[in-house]
Amino acid sequence: MSEPWMPKPLQSFQGAVMVARHAPVGMITLRGDLDAAEMAAAVKGAVGLAMPAQRRIRSGKRGAVAWMSPDELLLFMDHDRAPVAVDRLDKALAGGHHLAVDVSDARALFTLAGHGVREVIAKGSPADMAPDALPVGEFRRSRIGQVAAAWWLSDAQTLHLVCFRSVGDYMFDWLCVAAARDGLPGFLAV
Amino acid sequence: MLILHCPYCGIHADETELAPGGEAHIRRAGPGSDDTEFENYMFARKNPKGVHFERWRHVHGCGKWFHAARATDTLEVFGTYPAQTTEPPEEILAHIRKRRPDWKGFQG
Repeated sequence: MSEPWMPKPLQSFQGAVMVARHAPVGMITLRGDLDAAEMAAAVKGAVGLAMPAQRRIRSGKRGAVAWMSPDELLLFMDHDRAPVAVDRLDKALAGGHHLAVDVSDARALFTLAGHGVREVIAKGSPADMAPDALPVGEFRRSRIGQVAAAWWLSDAQTLHLVCFRSVGDYMFDWLCVAAARDGLPGFLAV
Repeated sequence: MLILHCPYCGIHADETELAPGGEAHIRRAGPGSDDTEFENYMFARKNPKGVHFERWRHVHGCGKWFHAARATDTLEVFGTYPAQTTEPPEEILAHIRKRRPDWKGFQG
């Protein structure tokens, strides 16, 4: 269900879809020139993955790398590895204009699994959740209610979502209400 | 409801995903300017019925500022373009002239 690098869930809920909140995961905000060869090498060194294309996420055994904006990436990895990874990124990118920050403890990570995951998100977000607008592997930054969040599908029925930890409890409650049994219209079902 | 295409991340962003930034292409009245020029720069804003150039920020997305050309009376969007420019690109202007033949043109 979840990606290999994701920690076990802390809490979960089974409604029309399953909602789980993960234990803290390592996350690094990395900004700089995404076209630079040094950047690609630094990302490869940190999570063993190639640079993602616009709005895409790549996921592997050691972690994941997501495209956040034309000059920003979000790296995922084990929580314990993040501080060391920041040091390595700083070394690899030394001399160039860049920023690497360990944001692990500022974020919450969720997984939703089931037929209706697209509809659960569509209840509270202006993002187009149709399969052709948000294919598997596309990383979408938007909002849920008034809360900033980003999500992607790792397969047709599994959605992962990231938000600020300060609103993590709110997000879990919101997702559970949105995923209530018999609460999905069946409009976007896959 | 406005839907603007973000030129940085390529998302067709809903208005509620964006933050408005007011009029675009404002030229700062710097050192050497007189009080009237500075007052105009600081406070005077266009409020046209029709073609308007605006700044928007994709705040719940990639976070980037971009520019949009749209009509304030019909909400028609003529186009969006990156903010690294001091005036609207020619293709946007050409499209506006096609849609609004009586438009007086861009005045910076």
